[in-house]
Amino acid sequence: MIATLVPAVTSDDWWNRLFNFDNYGELLSLVHNSIIAGAVLGLVGGLVGVFVMQRDLAFAVHGISELSFAGAAAALLFGIDVVLGSVLGSVLAAVVIGLLGTRARDRNSIIGVLMPFGLGLGVLFLSLYPGRAANKFGLLTGQIVAVDDTRLSLLVTISAIVIAGLLIIWRPLTFASVDPDVAAARGVPTRALSFAFMLLLGLAVALAVQVVGALLVLSLLITPAAAASRISASPIVVPLLSVAFAVTSAVGGILLALGGNVPISPYVTTISFVIYLVCRLVGNSRTRRGWTRRTAAVA
Amino acid sequence: MTAHPPLELTDASLAYGERTVWSGLDLTLRAGDFLTVLGPNGSGKTSLLRAILGLQPLTSGSLTILGRPARRGSKDVGYIPQQRLIDPATPVRARDLVRMGIDGDRWGPGRHSHRERVEELLAAVGASSYADVPLGMLSGGEQQRVRIAQALGTRPSILLCDEPLLSLDLRHQHEVTALIHETRQATGTAVVFVTHEINPVLPWTDRVLYLAPAGHAIGAPDDVLTSENLSALYGTPVEVLHSQGRVLIVGGDEHSHHVDEVGE
Repeated sequence: MIATLVPAVTSDDWWNRLFNFDNYGELLSLVHNSIIAGAVLGLVGGLVGVFVMQRDLAFAVHGISELSFAGAAAALLFGIDVVLGSVLGSVLAAVVIGLLGTRARDRNSIIGVLMPFGLGLGVLFLSLYPGRAANKFGLLTGQIVAVDDTRLSLLVTISAIVIAGLLIIWRPLTFASVDPDVAAARGVPTRALSFAFMLLLGLAVALAVQVVGALLVLSLLITPAAAASRISASPIVVPLLSVAFAVTSAVGGILLALGGNVPISPYVTTISFVIYLVCRLVGNSRTRRGWTRRTAAVA
Repeated sequence: MTAHPPLELTDASLAYGERTVWSGLDLTLRAGDFLTVLGPNGSGKTSLLRAILGLQPLTSGSLTILGRPARRGSKDVGYIPQQRLIDPATPVRARDLVRMGIDGDRWGPGRHSHRERVEELLAAVGASSYADVPLGMLSGGEQQRVRIAQALGTRPSILLCDEPLLSLDLRHQHEVTALIHETRQATGTAVVFVTHEINPVLPWTDRVLYLAPAGHAIGAPDDVLTSENLSALYGTPVEVLHSQGRVLIVGGDEHSHHVDEVGE
C-alpha cells in the first residue's frame, strides 16, 4: 500500500482506499465470521424492520442504538464483553421506551430525552477508555474483523431468540400494528405485544450495532423494509424482500469493505440506499399505473 | 340456532367510580335485529360496545352473548370501527385485513391463508375487484366495505358498528348502511349500530336505544324519538321534527349537526 503514503492525493488513491481487491482470498478467510454475522444480522434486521415500519418506530430504533452504544462503551471501559454491554444498554432503553411511551407523542419525547443522554454517556466512557482508538470508533461506525468464534455464537444465539420470538407473535403483532382498534376488540393483548416487540427490537439493535455501528443501525433496520414495502403490499413478499435486501446490504458491504481501509458502514449504507432508490422508482411508476388492474370503478 | 338470544342485558349498570354511565338497562336482541344506539358524547355508547366486547366489566346486572357471559376475544362478536386514515405505504392489502378478522388473534405466523373464505367474504361485500390493493389506497367507502368483510370473518352473531359512517360522504353512508342491512338479512347476525346521526340508518332500524344524561329509552324509532321523550331524557326542551322521512333533532347538545370531528 505504497500509494497511501504518497502525499499528493490522486483519484487512483481514493479508489484504492475504497476498493482494493489484492490478496482478496486471504482476506476473505479472515473475515469469514463477520460474513456469517452480517448474513444473520440481515435476516433479523429485515424481519424486524417490517414491524418497525408498521409501528412507526424509526426514531425508537435510533434512540435504542445510542443507548446500546453507551452500554458497549461502558463494557469496553470496564473490560466486560462488548456485545453483552451493548445488549444491556439497548434492552434497558427498550424497556424504558416500552413502559413510558405507549402513545406516539410521549414515546418520541422520551426517546428525544434518552438519546443525547446515552450518546453523552458513551462519549464519556470512550474518553476514559485507555485502549486503541479503532475499537472506539468501531462502535459508532462499524467494524468487520472483530468477530471471533465466541462472539459469533453469541450473535447467532441472540438472533435465534429474536427470530423465534417474532415468529411466535407474528400474526397478533401484525394485527395490532396495522389495525389496533379491531385487534383490541378481538382480544389481542396489544399492550403486552407492544412491550414484547420493544424487547426483541432492543436485541436486534444490539446485534446491528456490532456490525454497522450505532449511528447507522437504521440502514439495516428500516431501509430494507421501507424499500420492500414500496414495491409490494403482500404480507409474505414484503418480509422476504426486506430480508433479501438487508442480507445483500450487510454481506455486500462487508465484502466490498474488505480491501479498502475505510469502515464498513459506508458500503452497507450505500448499498441499502441504492436498493431503496430503485424500489422507490419502481413503486412510483406502479402507483401511477394504479397498482393492480381494477376491473371497474366500484363504489 | 340456539334458543339463547345473541345479546341479552338484564338490569345492567356501568359506573366509573361515582359517575353512573347507565343503569337498569334491559335489552334483548334477536337474530337479525337492527338496534341503533344514539346519545350525546359521554353517554356511554362506547362503554356499551366495550362491555359487549368483554373489555369493560359491568358494575351490576348481567350481559350475555348466546347465553354466555361476554368475554374478551369472543368469535361471536364482530366489530366495525370508525374509518381511520391508513398510510398508503403500509404493506396491507384488503384481503390481508379480512384474513386478520379470521385468524389474526392466533399465535404463530399461520399456515393457512384461508384464501377461499377471504374471497367469499370479499365477494359478499362487493370488494373482490380491489382485494389486492393496499388498504391505504382505497376510498373511505371501500375501506368500510372491507371492514365489514373483516368483521364477518368469524361468522359472528352480533355485529358491533362503532360510528362507521364518520368521515364518509352521504352516498357512501347510504351504501355502507345498506350493506350492513343486507348482511344481517343474509347471515342473521344482529346489529348494534352506534351513531351520532340517525338518518342514514333510519330505514333499517328496528329499535333505538337512546342513552342520555338523565336515563335511557328503548323502542321503535317513532316511539323513542319524540319531543316529549327526548326533553325528559335531556332535562331541557328538545324538539323532534320530521321532514321527508328524515328526523331532525333540535336542541339536545350536538344533534343539530351530524359530523362530529372527534370520536370520543
